[in-house]
Amino acid sequence: MSIGLIGRKVGMTQVFQDDGTMVAVSVVAIQPNTVTRVRTPERDGYTAVQLGTDVVGKLSRPEAGQLKDLPKVKTIREFRVDDVDSFEVGQTMNLGDVFAAGDEVDVTGVSKGKGTAGVIKRHNFRRGPKTHGSDHHRAPGSIGPGTTPGRVYRGMKMSGHMGDETVTVKKVRVVRTDPDRNLLLVKGSLPGARGGLILVKKA
Amino acid sequence: MNVLDEIVQDQLRTDLPELASGDTVKVSAKVIEGTRERIQVFEGTVMRLRGGGITRSITVRRIASGVGVERTFKINSPRIEKIEVVRHGVARRAQLYFLRDRVGKAATLRERRTRS
Repeated sequence: MSIGLIGRKVGMTQVFQDDGTMVAVSVVAIQPNTVTRVRTPERDGYTAVQLGTDVVGKLSRPEAGQLKDLPKVKTIREFRVDDVDSFEVGQTMNLGDVFAAGDEVDVTGVSKGKGTAGVIKRHNFRRGPKTHGSDHHRAPGSIGPGTTPGRVYRGMKMSGHMGDETVTVKKVRVVRTDPDRNLLLVKGSLPGARGGLILVKKA
Repeated sequence: MNVLDEIVQDQLRTDLPELASGDTVKVSAKVIEGTRERIQVFEGTVMRLRGGGITRSITVRRIASGVGVERTFKINSPRIEKIEVVRHGVARRAQLYFLRDRVGKAATLRERRTRS
């Protein structure tokens, strides 16, 4: 339950650290976020801060009505926080106010869609032999007992749609922040495609 | 320039000589021994160049006390003091893996004549 910011994935690169070692980093562009609403227990029954980003020229009438005279933000997300006293509607939150190099963060994104995938790609099953008369190549094998129970157990790992789901990577280290360019560099890979929406939260 | 290049722009080194496969180079790398830091010089033939931008690296091969030794350096690394080109060698391919199969004089490359 801590504050985060909304950003977009830019891509990956590598940077040298102070000790001379190189580290692979994901770059997240975090434009200044605007507090669009503060959820209080009295009115909403829970505490959270609603942030918006991606300022556009025109919004639909209902969206514009929600924001009133706030900046026209297209993307709105909520972050649950324990204490909302330090937030007020209209406040601008910059990357540098929230994160610093060395912090640990949880990063949420939507993973790349893989379409219909077999069990080897989707559940890391082992494949069968390619040759020597084998006709068991990428098939899942047995999916359970026979007449008793006469059905397939629920939750059996099978082929199906893979990816395009919300994924959170926990405890990712912030390598560097670049407040001038509104960039956050975190160690390792992040879910999603370039340009995808990313939520960065303090771990 | 895209954002990813901008980030590493200030880490790219501009003080490096132009390097090519086949060149004999002296790489002065900083090494930490216990608590002390010193410069270690590694001299050998550039066997290949890899990567672009910040990731650019060279693999240098030399014969050290009868044993072939290859070291890869990230050439933009701050842990590299300097790189000196001792000699330009003639190389007709980009990766000189054939040097691994050769010993003695066969493992040497002709010197490249440069018009200057």
